[in-house]
Amino acid sequence: MILADCLREMLDLTGTHLGCEHGVCGACTVLADGTAMRSCLIFAVQARGMAITTVEGLAKDGRLSPLQEAFRDNHALQCGFCTPGMLTTAEAFLAENPSPTRAEVESAISGNLCRCTGYVSIVDAIIDAATRQRKAASE
Amino acid sequence: MSRTYIGEAVSRLEDKRLLTGSGTFIDDVKLPDMATMAILRSPHAHAIVRAINLETALALGGVIDAFCAADLGVDLPVIPLRLAPFDGFERFLQRPIAVDKVRYVGEPVAVIIAEDRYVAEDALELIDIDYDPLPAVTTVDQAAAGQTLIHEAAGENMGTRYTVARGDEDAAFDGAAYTRRERFVTNRHGAVSMETRGLIAEFDPDKPLLRLHGATKVNFFNRRHLAEAFALPETSVELIEMDVGGGFGARGELYPEDYLVPIASRRAKRPVKWIEDRRENLTASNHSRDIICDLEIAATADGEILGMRAIVQGDMGAYVRTNGGVVASKAAQFLPGPYRVPSFTCDVQFLMTNKTPVGTFRGPGRFEANFCRERILDLMADDLDLDPAELRHRNLMTPEDLPYRIGELVPGDPDATLDKGDYPAALNRLLTECGYADWHADIEDPDSRVRALGIACFIESSAAGPPESAHITVSANGGVEIRTGASSVGQGTETGLAQICAEYLDIDIAGIQVLHGSTTLVKTGGGTFHSRNTVMAGNATRIAAETLKDRAIALAALRWNCEVDNLTYKDGAVHRSMENITLQELASFAENRGETLSADALFDNEKHISYSYGAHAAQVAVDVATGVVEVEKYWLTEEIGRALNPALVQGQAVGGVVQGLGGTFLDHFIYDADGQLLTGSFADYLLPTTSELPEITTIAMEDSPSEFNPMGFKGAGEGGIVAVAAAVGNAVSRALRPYGISINELPITPDLLRKALRGGGN
Amino acid sequence: MKPSRFSYLAADSVDNAIDMMRENGEDARYIAGGQSLVPMMNFRVAAPTALIDLNGVPELSKTQDGPNGQLQIGAMTRTRRLETDPSIAKKNPLLSAAAAHIAHFQIRNRGTLGGSIAHADPAAELPGIALVCEADIHLRGPRGPRIVTAADFFKGVFTTAADNRELIEKICFPHWPPQRRWAFKEISRREGDFALVGIAAWFDINDAGTISGCAIGAIGAGDTPMRLRRAENILRGSVPSIDLFREAADAVTADIDPLDDIHASGEYRCEVAAVLVKRTLTEAWECSQ
Repeated sequence: MILADCLREMLDLTGTHLGCEHGVCGACTVLADGTAMRSCLIFAVQARGMAITTVEGLAKDGRLSPLQEAFRDNHALQCGFCTPGMLTTAEAFLAENPSPTRAEVESAISGNLCRCTGYVSIVDAIIDAATRQRKAASE
Repeated sequence: MSRTYIGEAVSRLEDKRLLTGSGTFIDDVKLPDMATMAILRSPHAHAIVRAINLETALALGGVIDAFCAADLGVDLPVIPLRLAPFDGFERFLQRPIAVDKVRYVGEPVAVIIAEDRYVAEDALELIDIDYDPLPAVTTVDQAAAGQTLIHEAAGENMGTRYTVARGDEDAAFDGAAYTRRERFVTNRHGAVSMETRGLIAEFDPDKPLLRLHGATKVNFFNRRHLAEAFALPETSVELIEMDVGGGFGARGELYPEDYLVPIASRRAKRPVKWIEDRRENLTASNHSRDIICDLEIAATADGEILGMRAIVQGDMGAYVRTNGGVVASKAAQFLPGPYRVPSFTCDVQFLMTNKTPVGTFRGPGRFEANFCRERILDLMADDLDLDPAELRHRNLMTPEDLPYRIGELVPGDPDATLDKGDYPAALNRLLTECGYADWHADIEDPDSRVRALGIACFIESSAAGPPESAHITVSANGGVEIRTGASSVGQGTETGLAQICAEYLDIDIAGIQVLHGSTTLVKTGGGTFHSRNTVMAGNATRIAAETLKDRAIALAALRWNCEVDNLTYKDGAVHRSMENITLQELASFAENRGETLSADALFDNEKHISYSYGAHAAQVAVDVATGVVEVEKYWLTEEIGRALNPALVQGQAVGGVVQGLGGTFLDHFIYDADGQLLTGSFADYLLPTTSELPEITTIAMEDSPSEFNPMGFKGAGEGGIVAVAAAVGNAVSRALRPYGISINELPITPDLLRKALRGGGN
Repeated sequence: MKPSRFSYLAADSVDNAIDMMRENGEDARYIAGGQSLVPMMNFRVAAPTALIDLNGVPELSKTQDGPNGQLQIGAMTRTRRLETDPSIAKKNPLLSAAAAHIAHFQIRNRGTLGGSIAHADPAAELPGIALVCEADIHLRGPRGPRIVTAADFFKGVFTTAADNRELIEKICFPHWPPQRRWAFKEISRREGDFALVGIAAWFDINDAGTISGCAIGAIGAGDTPMRLRRAENILRGSVPSIDLFREAADAVTADIDPLDDIHASGEYRCEVAAVLVKRTLTEAWECSQ
């Protein structure tokens, strides 16, 4: 069983979406020990011992994370199907690169398909989140 | 105080659940005792089905049932026509499962019901089918030749054919100073939403009840037809809408699976879930575009259009689906576009092939028509040595030309009229935004790429179809609930309707909940297509809110035992001199009287359609040595009457542009000569990603509100996509003009460009 | 799109993995990052009866310096590390640069050097880099270890010199002189897609200012990654110049044999391989000046 099915079917964590099941669309991206991966391309049994973070784990104490807030404020989602994978990807990316350029953000999410937004607002949101996180860190 | 929501970039009500993974898409639903269904699909484009053996599959552990057409009796329903139901199409309708013959790769042949999807797919591999392959019809020319018949009983592969015309063709073309004829080809591509289709059926024939979860778009229409198909009263069929991961025209039409999943549930006597996987999605969901247009234009030496005549051939695929006729018929209707075209004649042909059936995809027919017309206009501008913008200005209808009756360009459609507007203003705004007058191509570039700017104009209709419903209820806990028959396919409908309700009721938007789509919510609904939600459901919500205010005042008068004349409504409460009573208190009061504080509304625009209009511009850089095109900048202006939520409008525009760039450069359903789909995965069917992203400027103009609804809205969902191929095609052709290249075919690929360049131009 | 049933075996050492392979027979497969294998399993075009997982074998992800300045990279080293580890970038900047072109961020986090080499997609970057860098592939199987040069390793589309019971232990890249000129360029439909065609090249300049050694490799230009020997011969012993690079580019066609597919014709690939050779060599030359 692939990891995504385990999360969705066994653990009822249905926030992780399956959009292609062959590693192209990015909707199923989760964090495995903090690293963004396609949960359709690893088997659940291979995740033994890994700390898996799904979209359900991004908000803390019922409050949206700065990244989630930036997505909302920048209208970075429409249907919301690709959003969990965008968020997990961006979360991992910003942890590695807290001050990205626009081109770097575009490259980071080039493996996540969105059919609604045309991506521009998603890139805006990730840049905005980086700014918010830097500001929060310096306070 | 009075609250303003309309026109504000309000944050979306939908977002919190979608950002936290707590949205509920169809695959997220689990019902007790639910089984899973998987479909065996034809690997052949055209074949006789000699025998189907389900025995081995049935014997596999975890398999509950399996069936094929032979197990279902003779009275299989047909999938009905919803739009463009032209005479002749009735010969080419699809049944939910192949009977004796398969006609496209992906056609359902047999069904497995199992405990889970893994077992179901194991079982699919155990089904044994004896096919007798037939030659495949894969081009419209082969279809027209008719050597191989796809539906023998019809005696031909021509789904239907008609000619529409206005003006005097001979007068326009005979002796015209300028004529030019070109063939344009738009590729077959489609909606390909991120969430694939999916359904869960609960079918209890004894109650009787058929509840179908995962429905969307046109639920009331679909309910009527499903009730008919299963011989149930309409009241026994419930279509339930969940969160939907994108529609774009394809999702929510009736498909074979809308029948097969209920049949599976009836057989298994259990809830049955089917989730389309991506491989299925690319062959089983409607394809679109795919027309060939031979277009001829006649003009004066000054570039004044005298007439157009065209042959539009639409590749329908193997069956005519619910709205398959829309594509080519609208392509024909929109060919003249926003211009004065005194004479127009079009021969429209709908040809059957052994491919996946077609249906609508965002901007159906418009994307295609704009590409063909705007390309020939640019060719004409070059031939006549006119600036492309100047040529358009000479021909665009002016405010004085409008309203303009375009004539009966689609058989059976009501006579269409372009409503008032200022088309040149939208073009002028575009020309200003892109710096057209001062634009120059010489930008330093390491690869010596050639640059050009291309422009295109469009009109776009919206809000056709039946009336739309809205129902507002205030509950005793203060919550306000809107229910509507309109669907949400992810575009922010909940937020938009809540904005209208909050403004008219003068209440905080946070207390509003919007329920949509499901047939259990309201008595009737029109549904979601043709960019109609804001116009139709928006105005229904306004009427319901106004009615609810009156109802609140009447209740307050009862409560205070006074005349309504002295009462005013503001700030979510009814007021008289020194006191007020809130909606919540009035809801409580109503409840104590055994009533509810609610209001129902239906908005009917009586088929008066408003036209959005605007213009697109693209700046491209073409690497002549490799054929790689980069769209560097993109601009679009669109007159939408009034923006309910500018952020949502911008999202529609930008999303439309990028989707259009996909259709221009990437998206392509490619078939080989045997009718095999070669682009059956996301490694081969290419959708646009961030790596294709230009700098995009979208301008929503609000200078010409619609006269056909009091709020002035026009559709804003499709203007972003409809002229992308047109503007980009013009830009690339302009860049490659020194090489004698004209873009007449989509998608524009590096391979296609290099081939043309090698050949010394076309 | 769910995989067929298979047994899963997690190896903790190379010996252990090879034992598992011996016991599970013909239809067992090693799984490295799985970023190519798992999609094939989900499509059911691959249906191994057993998967032997190499992800838990620590010795396969070690990177170390070998003799003569050799860079030895364990087969299970993630692509993302090739891209981001400064010590790898220093010892073989071409490898690092090419790794950044592979698929996407999330895939590179899981995909491995050895997995890509073993998969042997002719349009993939890492097999091309192994070839152009003249790397050695260290294999081990039930019959013991052996070393195959990259030039002998790639036999055809998805076909290599390794038998299906052998695994790749490490890939050894020869010493990379710090002054070496290099560049990598590819054309793909979108960022992260397999290359329609790609060119990797390096050359060394001696004290006389002539090219003393060089290699040019092409991906997407045949059924394996390919060396462009004719172009290399034109470079070797000559003084670098744009004209020389153009001459080398003109010699490309005879050394490649690209296939037609839906994304591009063989003719296109031929033409563009030549364009890229010129651009790659020019960039290598200009970047170092």
